[in-house]
Amino acid sequence: MQNKKWILSAVLTVAAAVAVSTRPGLTVKAADQMGPVAVKIDNFSFGPQTLTVAPGTTVTWTNNDDVPHTVVSDDKVFKSKALDTDDKFSYTFDKPGTYNYFCSVHPKMTAKVVVK
Amino acid sequence: MSDYIKENLNKDGIDRRGFLKCMAWAGTGTLCVLQGGVLKSFALGDATRQKIGDLKGDLSFVQISDSHIGFDKAANTDVTATLREAIAKVNALPTPPSFVLHTGDLTHLSKPEEFDTLAESLKSLKTDEIFYVPGEHDVLNDNGAMFRERFGRNAMGDGWYSFEKNGAHFIGLVNVVNLKAGGLGNLGAEQLAWLQKDVAKLKSSTPIVVFGHIPLWAVYPQWGWGTDDSEQALSYLKRFGSVTVLNGHIHQTMQKIEGNITFHTAASTAFPQPQPGQAASPGPMKVPDDKLRQVLGITDVNFVRGKHSLAIVDSTLA
Repeated sequence: MQNKKWILSAVLTVAAAVAVSTRPGLTVKAADQMGPVAVKIDNFSFGPQTLTVAPGTTVTWTNNDDVPHTVVSDDKVFKSKALDTDDKFSYTFDKPGTYNYFCSVHPKMTAKVVVK
Repeated sequence: MSDYIKENLNKDGIDRRGFLKCMAWAGTGTLCVLQGGVLKSFALGDATRQKIGDLKGDLSFVQISDSHIGFDKAANTDVTATLREAIAKVNALPTPPSFVLHTGDLTHLSKPEEFDTLAESLKSLKTDEIFYVPGEHDVLNDNGAMFRERFGRNAMGDGWYSFEKNGAHFIGLVNVVNLKAGGLGNLGAEQLAWLQKDVAKLKSSTPIVVFGHIPLWAVYPQWGWGTDDSEQALSYLKRFGSVTVLNGHIHQTMQKIEGNITFHTAASTAFPQPQPGQAASPGPMKVPDDKLRQVLGITDVNFVRGKHSLAIVDSTLA
């Protein structure tokens, strides 16, 4: 009898432990996507030119050039003001999709963020 | 000094050798005289100044460009000082200009205090009038509303306008707003329609001068040095006997001739930029401090009425 009780409580404990560890939402993410992800603006280009992130990621652009640049989504989803040298702009991508963007001052500068 | 015009679109027998001599990138100055479709070039010296005197006609004006007030990085830590030197240079010309054209990038960051400093500096220019068109650095946060308010001069739309001087027709164009992703400079349908109407009733013998910030020919598209819809604009001007297009943006002097159209870009008064393809990007280029003033400059233009001849003289600050 005592053995059965012991086994039963052990099973219940294990079951409880399993339930806790698979609580919805607690998925494992890559370490570098837990915090803000960086895009560098250098030599009239965005680096990386294609950035892939998970939904909910905040991306931060930093301008390292001696001239101002902007970060403007083709579909008007986001738009920075003019960024002088060392200025930053951040945007949090909640929805999956491909976000093409460019610099409205130097429109040959194009890049994209892929959210999936 | 390399020849970086890759394609020859010109089929009318313009003097090529003379043309190539006129493409001085840096130097003390080159006088290019276009007379009856033949281009003659002279190195600038005292003897040439006499020739300019001979050519001195009804109209003399100056183009300055890309003053970038507010810029303070390595390429030039005091752009206001070099602008003042450029103004002194203009004031020392043998023939005072009737007016001055500023072909844009007055400021670096479109800030009100930068526009203030620019306006204040230009007060010492000895000339009757100054006409402006914006560069992309002048319209950063408001599509040019502040620029038009302060420097718009009865402009229409995004800031275009035209005026007459001594029988020549001057047209200020704006190709730095509403730029599309992956594109070059842009004039837009409304401005093109206005331009077509503006020149429609002019006699083909009227000398035309067009000025706008970004070059109206494909200098180097990879760096955004061109205007997507300039072909259409130029088609309205093809019938005229003498058309001069004055641009800025590339911070170096360059010239090209296509039929009756002479394209010319001015140096900056603030900092130089690399020759097409000679650097990773078209950003401000640092040169040794004692060389800076040799790559900044002004442009002096003299018209002789009725002769289709005009003299474009680029001179550097040192």
